[in-house]
Amino acid sequence: MDALLLSRLQFAITTVYHFFFVPLTLGLSVIVAIMETQYVRSGNEIYKDMTRFWGKLFLINFAMGVVTGIVQEFQFGMNWSEYSRFVGDIFGAPLAIEALLAFFLESTFLGVWIFGWDRLSKKQHAAVMWLVAIGSNLSALWILIANSFMQEPVGYILRDGRAEMSDFFALLLNPNVKVQFPHTVLAGFTTGAFFVLGISAYHLLKKRNQEFFTLSFRLAAIIGAIAILLVGINGHSQAQEMVRSQPMKMAAAEALWHSQNPASFSLITIGDLAQRRDVFSIRIPRLLSLLAYNRLNGEVKGIYDLQTLFEQQYGSGSYIPPVAISYWSFRFMVGSGILLLLLAIYALYLIKKGSIADSRVLGLKLFVWAIALPYLANTFGWLLTELGRAPWVVYGLMKIEDAASPTVSAGMVLVTLIGFTLVYALLMAADVYLLVRYAKTDPHGGETTPPAEQPELTASLAGSQD
Amino acid sequence: MSLNTIWFILITVLYIGFFLLEGFDFGVGVLLLILGRDSDADKKDLKRRTIINSIGPHWDGNEVWLITAGGATFAAFPHWYATFFSGFYLPLFLLLLALILRGVAFEFRSKDDNPRWRKTWDLCIFIGSLLPPVLLGVAFANLVRGVPIDSQMNYVGGFFNLLNPYALLAGVATLGLFSLHGAIFLSLKVDGELADQAQQLALRLWLPVAGLSLLLLVGSYLSANMLVRLGVIPAFIVVIGIAAILLCGVFLRRQRRGWAFAMTASFIILALATFFLILYPNVMISSLDPTWSLTIENAASSPYTLRVMTIVALIFVPIVLLYQGWSYWVFRKRIEAKSEQLTY
Repeated sequence: MDALLLSRLQFAITTVYHFFFVPLTLGLSVIVAIMETQYVRSGNEIYKDMTRFWGKLFLINFAMGVVTGIVQEFQFGMNWSEYSRFVGDIFGAPLAIEALLAFFLESTFLGVWIFGWDRLSKKQHAAVMWLVAIGSNLSALWILIANSFMQEPVGYILRDGRAEMSDFFALLLNPNVKVQFPHTVLAGFTTGAFFVLGISAYHLLKKRNQEFFTLSFRLAAIIGAIAILLVGINGHSQAQEMVRSQPMKMAAAEALWHSQNPASFSLITIGDLAQRRDVFSIRIPRLLSLLAYNRLNGEVKGIYDLQTLFEQQYGSGSYIPPVAISYWSFRFMVGSGILLLLLAIYALYLIKKGSIADSRVLGLKLFVWAIALPYLANTFGWLLTELGRAPWVVYGLMKIEDAASPTVSAGMVLVTLIGFTLVYALLMAADVYLLVRYAKTDPHGGETTPPAEQPELTASLAGSQD
Repeated sequence: MSLNTIWFILITVLYIGFFLLEGFDFGVGVLLLILGRDSDADKKDLKRRTIINSIGPHWDGNEVWLITAGGATFAAFPHWYATFFSGFYLPLFLLLLALILRGVAFEFRSKDDNPRWRKTWDLCIFIGSLLPPVLLGVAFANLVRGVPIDSQMNYVGGFFNLLNPYALLAGVATLGLFSLHGAIFLSLKVDGELADQAQQLALRLWLPVAGLSLLLLVGSYLSANMLVRLGVIPAFIVVIGIAAILLCGVFLRRQRRGWAFAMTASFIILALATFFLILYPNVMISSLDPTWSLTIENAASSPYTLRVMTIVALIFVPIVLLYQGWSYWVFRKRIEAKSEQLTY
């Protein structure tokens, strides 16, 4: 295997892994902040317990997000030095601003939040949690400003073989930022909400702490329903933006080989990738045109036509991204999203009926399993976003094959790839172990480690570990 | 003053912030296994928790100084970032692993009371705190010593090029310095017996650290271009630096821990300032041909980017300093070694 392929694999593994933790941080930080605000406003201790309980799960997840994030910042220079030289002018700026505006804010105030329960007033303490939540979500904004330049380069000029920034505000107002930032943050809120819904459902099924988990379930259902609905609406705008700025990505996501007018939407396509044609396909007439342009007509360009067009524009070579991955990623993402929307509606219905605490409620268990759905949607969304851009690392400006570090050998990348993968796998085991363990604890059980106060629960947990 | 110089200074300031703050919490992490000992298992665990809690609220915020320094290098001097990070690939990989294990360990360690679980994470904290000072010392020493960089700004040496005696000396000296800094911090931050033990350890560490620092100074004359940059009689900054590390011992002997801490802090600031003075106006020196060196001019972003970033930095660096300072003020009290008062 060559260094380029290994570097791509390493970037994929470390980035997907990092993004297991980020969305929950984005969503749960806000949910915990809302709970603490409710505590301040009502003085009701149950909200304090909620803040503590969900806050602890937030912290376990947050630590993983932070440490895997450092890798992200370093590996542009380590594995992609040519890329870094080419876009450093533009890409480095939002990264530095992210650290200065967002990382300092979330990290400093999170330290104060964890240790400051007895040193700050109630109001101050809640305000500190809001600063953490704002910091996390601000960091998403700046990193997506950077990523948006890769999707849709704006505000630059080419000089001496490098992209130089010519308009900072054009970068900030990149059309891609306007659709990608809300999509990512709302997906984070959805992840946080379904995390809370699932764990609450688990406890409600066990008939434990019903008031506590009914309240948690209710708050999460409302946040989750709003978030997933907005994710869908916003996703529609994002798809239209994709048709405009990266037609090839849309064509691949739809496995649309030939241009169509009006264009049909593929529900399921089994394709022959070698011959680049469909073997079997169920399609809804006109739907793709409708999605792309909000009207029943309109040409959506196909892969072949775009390939010809790009060859004329950029010279010979393949401009076709991995079609199967793009196509299925798109379907898994949207499919998970639709399931989440249905579940959110069901959760709202349960609240309205006032029967959540009744464990005979049909399908409460679904919410426990549904914790996984946002993770699937998040991961597949990013696979489509990044792989669908291939062969470009910066769309239209730089190809992935020209971006790697020339002096880093395949052997070196192999060492680090194995190292990261091993350490990440071990950490994931520890992280899931702690999350499951703390998710199962009794929220009124105390503030320190569960075993000290609850020997019998620990014993049963230890039993389940063996 | 040119924008390029301003950014060189700003990056210097970011690294100083990082070494000054994360320096003591790396030190505290190393001391975890040295001071966190007791024949009684419960007492030992309480001791270790106290040590970890002394830096609990701060280590994460401190680490952001490094991340910001990295980001600022990327934004202001993309070629420096690209050459440095790709050239020092394996050391930086080790640094990342160390920071990953350490950060997770702080958060996870006390969330399960299984002794094996805690022992494993304690080891992660120790190694994760021990490796970064050594690696950073080695990396920085190589920056001023010069490394093989070709005409295309690419590092063409191998991993073992970086392990020369001067760099290794810098690595050990940095580790020693952070351990001393951390021991004094701990003696100020915790209570009772543990604080006294930290103070005694600091006193024992002081002489070797002062010796290593002076050796490093001599080494910088021999191996880095200190003579060319700063002259035979070094700038007053170096003289005050030497005075600070020597006075540190005097204060430690007189139990003036606050003053001793001020001395290690001053020494770190002055040592890094000296280092960046030696480097300036280069950012990475080529040992193959001086004209291939990366400088604040040829490695820099466009003037427009530098201008934008200067405005951002001038607004936000003071704000960060204010609230991070506030966070230290909130936790200014000493930590008592009482289980119910410990968070981590």
